[in-house]
Amino acid sequence: MDWQAVRLSVQLASLTTLVLLGLALPLAYWLAFTQRRWKFLVEAVVAMPLVLPPTVLGFYLLMALGPRSPLGWLWERAFGHTLPFSFEGLLLASVLYSLPFMVQPLASAFAGVERGLIEASWCLGESRFRTFVRVIVPLSWGGILTGLVLSFAHTLGEFGVVLMVGGNLPGRTRTVSIAIYDQVQAMDYGPAARTAALLLGVSFLVLTLTYALRRSQRKPWTLI
Amino acid sequence: MDAHLICDAERRYPGGATIEARFEVPLDGFSVTVLFGPSGSGKTTVLRLLAGLERVDQGRIRAGGEAWSDAAQNIHLGPQARNLGFLSQDYDLFPHLSVYANLGYGLRDLEASARQARTEELLELLDLRGLGERRPAELSGGQRQRVALGRALARRPRLLLLDEPFTALDRPAQLRLRRELRELLRGLALPTVLVTHDRDEALHLGDRIVVLDQGRVCQSGDIQRAFDRPTDPAVARILGVETVVRGRVEGVAEGLATVAVGPARIFAADPGGLGQQAFVCIRGEDVAVERQGVAPSGSTARNRLPGTITTLHAEGALVRLSLDCGFPLECLVTRQACQDLGLVEGDAVTAILKAAAVHLIPHD
Repeated sequence: MDWQAVRLSVQLASLTTLVLLGLALPLAYWLAFTQRRWKFLVEAVVAMPLVLPPTVLGFYLLMALGPRSPLGWLWERAFGHTLPFSFEGLLLASVLYSLPFMVQPLASAFAGVERGLIEASWCLGESRFRTFVRVIVPLSWGGILTGLVLSFAHTLGEFGVVLMVGGNLPGRTRTVSIAIYDQVQAMDYGPAARTAALLLGVSFLVLTLTYALRRSQRKPWTLI
Repeated sequence: MDAHLICDAERRYPGGATIEARFEVPLDGFSVTVLFGPSGSGKTTVLRLLAGLERVDQGRIRAGGEAWSDAAQNIHLGPQARNLGFLSQDYDLFPHLSVYANLGYGLRDLEASARQARTEELLELLDLRGLGERRPAELSGGQRQRVALGRALARRPRLLLLDEPFTALDRPAQLRLRRELRELLRGLALPTVLVTHDRDEALHLGDRIVVLDQGRVCQSGDIQRAFDRPTDPAVARILGVETVVRGRVEGVAEGLATVAVGPARIFAADPGGLGQQAFVCIRGEDVAVERQGVAPSGSTARNRLPGTITTLHAEGALVRLSLDCGFPLECLVTRQACQDLGLVEGDAVTAILKAAAVHLIPHD
């Protein structure tokens, strides 16, 4: 088995999940509570990766990150190497690709917190931010857990975007799913089967754990 | 400084519904102002305007000279800045926090020791000792209400807003808690605005009343005056006015209370929990009338009140008589009976009513 690829995948998935959490908390709060009329536009943009073929997303990312784009040019000036076919480029791509898997469970959990509890907190002198920290987040832990697990599992299993943006550089951009593809291409079925079984097992385990932790919640399970 | 809350505000909803709220609430010391009206009359919206949870579309709300809301100047103080206690219909206790943490929720500014002292004080005040570690889900309805009240009182607000605080409770608990609430608020010298659609509750708890109908204030002021002299038929209909007069409880014996109303003595079934004062409520159809001078023929009715007919007004098959028995008494008799007795305005009559038909509402 390609342990280097496994380690890289876990690293990528963990970092992606962390970055996503930081991004999605404010974004999901905004989506859950804003009164803006054009909120649906933002919702549509966030949900795009759900329906877009990974190759399409990968293609545009490649264009946007390349050395001829402003971002790619700046990055190369600052860090001395290009974004595509690097771990950082892969991280950025993963964050975008898994965005809906974090934002949607969070937003729906936030919106599910009873309005009266939020108002009670305001009337007790707490600001909107403090109310978010003390009331909304603790009461949304189920949704936050779902978002973490889904983002992690989804990043672990991504293939198309990685192939487009990351290529197949061992130790830098060669993730587990790419390794499996490689092994199958090389008719190397033994290691491919073991790696696939590992991914299957891990995915099953985290989802089982999530369901188990959330089993006492009133609302029936919805994926997002 | 002007120690009044002055509300002169409008809230408009898309679709045409408008809430117009014009009234005052005294802010110096204990008094309960009741926002009273049928469901859909806009009571809760008015309370939310006061709390700062809804924005004022036109007009202003000022408290003791400070602008809370002013549409013209685009002022809107958030609920955080108004120093209010707000208690919603379903209490909204934080389900993930213990009773202790709920009570102390608004006391983040205090040091840990001061916060703990205040929380202990509230547990004591609201009779919640031993329940500090419980979660809201493990409490009875009455306990939940007390925790929510304690949480609202924790920051020593200048005004308390209560939205139908008793609807979630069963009837016996309601009666007991009403009395306790009034005592508690009096002890804290806390001005309070209370929303209710329950006439008994309004009379039991209120000093002042604001009558709302279809989003508009019909009458506001002293509660006795509103029941005595409703400004228009709409108010009378909403208040369900027949006879509501304040009396002094003279004694209770064997389940029968004696109440002095002006020069008259009225016997009534003891509702329990009577103090010094009570409102006496009598429905017009429960009052019978006979001419004075007729020898009493022996009756189970405990009350025989001499009086004169001040006005006589036909209402379909019935006639409404307004009597002066030392206090105004409304009664409703059939047109037939009225003709048989040949009653006219100015006649001296005796009003007869059973003690069981007199409804007493304690009001101290």
